Amino acid sequence: MPNGFISRGFTGRRRQEDVAGRLPPGQYVTPDFPVLSAGPTPRVALDEWQFRIEGLVTEPAEWSWEAFLKLPSREFVVDIHCVTKWSKLDTYWEGVSVDTLFESVTFEPQGMFAMVHCYGGYTTNLPLADLEDGKAFVAYRYDGKPLAPEHGGPARLVVPHLYFWKSAKWVNGIRFMETDRLGFWESLGYHHRGDPWLEQRYRGD
Amino acid sequence: MERTLAWQIATVTAIRPETAHVKSFTLTLSDWVEHRAGQHYDVRLTAPDGYQAQRSYSVASEPARQSEIELTVERIDDGEVSSYMHDVLVPGDQIEVRGPIGGYFVWQAHLGGPLLLIAGGSGIVPLMAMLRHRAASGSDVRTRLLFSSRTLSDVIYADELAHLAAEDNGKVEIIHTLTRAQPPDWSGYSRRIDRQMLTEVAAPLGPVPKMYVCGPTLLVESVANSLVEIGLDPAHIKTERFGPTGGVPRGGQS
Repeated sequence: MPNGFISRGFTGRRRQEDVAGRLPPGQYVTPDFPVLSAGPTPRVALDEWQFRIEGLVTEPAEWSWEAFLKLPSREFVVDIHCVTKWSKLDTYWEGVSVDTLFESVTFEPQGMFAMVHCYGGYTTNLPLADLEDGKAFVAYRYDGKPLAPEHGGPARLVVPHLYFWKSAKWVNGIRFMETDRLGFWESLGYHHRGDPWLEQRYRGD
Repeated sequence: MERTLAWQIATVTAIRPETAHVKSFTLTLSDWVEHRAGQHYDVRLTAPDGYQAQRSYSVASEPARQSEIELTVERIDDGEVSSYMHDVLVPGDQIEVRGPIGGYFVWQAHLGGPLLLIAGGSGIVPLMAMLRHRAASGSDVRTRLLFSSRTLSDVIYADELAHLAAEDNGKVEIIHTLTRAQPPDWSGYSRRIDRQMLTEVAAPLGPVPKMYVCGPTLLVESVANSLVEIGLDPAHIKTERFGPTGGVPRGGQS
């Protein structure tokens, strides 16, 4: 309540005490899984799917779908927070930790910033520090089933500690760069980092 | 240049019912900036104990309207913000907003056409801003709107849409489909939007219309897929979806 404004007659009928401490400011809990994207859902054939790590690494790494499925996978149960105000608690995913993918590459010391690339042309930017040390994974199953195309299948990045637009759907690669450049929504007025706990929704927040 | 989107206290100057479940709210802003048709504002409510709720709503009015915006909001039964706006707000009240937000699902007259607009229910709102902007700016791009509503009485902006179409020498065409019930003399479509309907509606616009699709998730998903299947360019299809929760999320990728 930074400016002391009170909305006349508003009491807030949906206080959710049981989720206290898990809901960032301005968010509400939804039982659904809304779908948001800027254009049609890309359809990616699994025999053409690939995932690349490239840019400022000594050798790029690349996986086919078959090779990707052979990587050590695990389950992740995380809360997700969309910039459009909904949060979903205890979402259940299966996939590969980004740390596991990073074991296949050696970073050039100056490659501190990542641009995530996707089928369909979507991009989002993250510093390396927001992708490593257990902070991010590439998911290919959701709720016990293969990840549906509208939710980003065959595979999507999941970075639960940042707003969900960073969790790029239809992901196909990460490029490492020397400087932080802006991805799709970041260049259209959204925050360059997007920490929900700091309510970094839009540029300048 | 990009400015920080600060919260500001707007004054409600008019409230107009559009249908039984939809109202338009005119807000006067002290810190007004011109938006682009298709953008949205965030609305924030604060309770006396500091509890806050926020939602996003598309701007319905055209950018040329100085110092005020109009938000058209559908009342969602368990919607914390929409039900407050419908049931509590009266002209003279104040409400916190910030915006305009979103730079992708926008149309400006200089972008040209032809325009193929496809809406389901309150998904019409950002498209209405585009139609109003088109009219206000004197643009003559050929435009077709395919608008899916449940029944005739659920058609938002029905009179104004008819007026826009009548006024513009056939350059703006409004094509309705009513999915749940139709009046006896109904001559429009009577089913959910499908491939056949999209083929018929898109054909007169040629191979490269600029397409904007807004509505509930399932409608948008199905329409966008069908537009690609009938050979239209995915790069020219812009979508905005709202989930089954009935909130009106804007932007994002989730």
